[in-house]
Amino acid sequence: MPSRRALIGGAAASVAATVLAAPHARAQVQPQVVVVGGGFAGASCARALKQLDRDLAVTLIEPEAAYLACPFSNAVLAGLRGIEAQTFGYDRFGDIGLIRKGAVAFDAGRRRVRLDDGTDIAYARLVLAPGVDLRFDALSGYDEAAAEVMPHAWKAGPQTLLLRDQLTAMPDGGVVILSAPANPFRCPPGPYERASLIAHYLKTSKPRSKLIILDAKDAFSKQRLFEAAWRELYPGLIEWVPLSSGGRVTEVDPATRTLVTEFGSHKADIANVIPPQRAGRIAQSAGVADQTGWCPIDPITFESRLQPAIHVVGDAAIGGAMPKSAFSANAQAKACAAAVAALVRERQPASPKLINTCYSLVAPGYGISIAGVYQPRDGLLAEVEGAGGTSPLEAPLSVRELEAAYAEDWFRTITSEVFG
Amino acid sequence: MTARALVNVPKAVKQGEVVEIKAMIAHPMETGYRVGPNGTNIPRDIIRRFACSYGGEEVFWADLYPAVSANPFIAFTLVASTSGTIAFTWTDDAGETQTASAEITVS
Repeated sequence: MPSRRALIGGAAASVAATVLAAPHARAQVQPQVVVVGGGFAGASCARALKQLDRDLAVTLIEPEAAYLACPFSNAVLAGLRGIEAQTFGYDRFGDIGLIRKGAVAFDAGRRRVRLDDGTDIAYARLVLAPGVDLRFDALSGYDEAAAEVMPHAWKAGPQTLLLRDQLTAMPDGGVVILSAPANPFRCPPGPYERASLIAHYLKTSKPRSKLIILDAKDAFSKQRLFEAAWRELYPGLIEWVPLSSGGRVTEVDPATRTLVTEFGSHKADIANVIPPQRAGRIAQSAGVADQTGWCPIDPITFESRLQPAIHVVGDAAIGGAMPKSAFSANAQAKACAAAVAALVRERQPASPKLINTCYSLVAPGYGISIAGVYQPRDGLLAEVEGAGGTSPLEAPLSVRELEAAYAEDWFRTITSEVFG
Repeated sequence: MTARALVNVPKAVKQGEVVEIKAMIAHPMETGYRVGPNGTNIPRDIIRRFACSYGGEEVFWADLYPAVSANPFIAFTLVASTSGTIAFTWTDDAGETQTASAEITVS
């Protein structure tokens, strides 16, 4: 007859064996990767994960029925394009499990995401792509109500249409003021592409009007190309007021559409206030954003430096030298997917090389671009010296026409790759 | 020195009120340590001293060093005593100065 102790010991051993074996067996069959956020970064990552490893269970959590793309939305507000050309659905995601709910809470220790209907989803690895939130606490007087009068239009959708409609309704001879934030922010050349396309609209429809850019910076992306094009296409129409000329907006008054800088104030007929930004709300609730408001990451795996097994891609991440763009988001998402696919199979992730290209339209049929190559160095994504560059400063119009066409081609390609 | 200077002084205030004064000058604040395209150091060129006088009396001054960034922005507070001129002076390495001034009305 076996002793009591031997029986208990045997039972305990078999329980332990079950506990250890079960997750291991599951991990070999179908590790669960959850992606939160269906923009360029999140949707790209979900798709890339499934392409890298058919056996991964990939879930994409996105509460919205459709995505409104920011690239080319400046053409919408200048009346050159319909908003429907910016709208993409989520009906072509194949065997990626799409959950149309919001993620509301995160338990990094137990590796679970809580959805807004109360359900919990377990993950082996979590990828967050929360995009940006506009900071409604950064400029005195600029809150969500003020944005209904002085639109930011920095997320494509109703705000884009609001600014477009204000431009359409403005009488000839009006003053449009665009306020641009300090770095970092979503789409570094975006405010200047926007100024260009608004100037195009004013020149062709309201030629006595004026556009002032109040800037919290002394330099900006593709600056020499933009400024040369402005002199050529819009002489006297655009006035750029940099930081060192008192361009930083500190306060706004929506009642009078006044923008206050450190050294004066400007009254606008239309005020487009692009406020400072930070990583989207989900990054804050998951505890992956630091005191800068953005998310520090490992540049090889995009794993958060603050929470284990949570990766952050796209605009919310501190991408080092990489700008916050749809192109970067897509490139980071693929690099992150490769790392996650390796990590869930207990393989060593390879160090990535990433590419970004940003096209800007200065006018219809007039495009300029900047490109860069990036790789991990000293814990950050650093630019590879000598790779990339901008469009030539001196170039015939045919080159600008070609780049405008490349911009359209790029948008068609990336949106069909990401949204199907 | 022909740099662009900007100042912000409240126009009308009450006596005894603490008012914020802002001043900025467009200046490269070249440290002298940077290497230029020809391989030699770019000569140092900085604002060395900033001063503010109120009714002819110097009330605030600052020595600036190469670590101060380009386009130095200086903000400070004064107690409004009497109506008068608030004058600003920036002096560079060569001893040249740039001035700006604003009137304040105290009631």
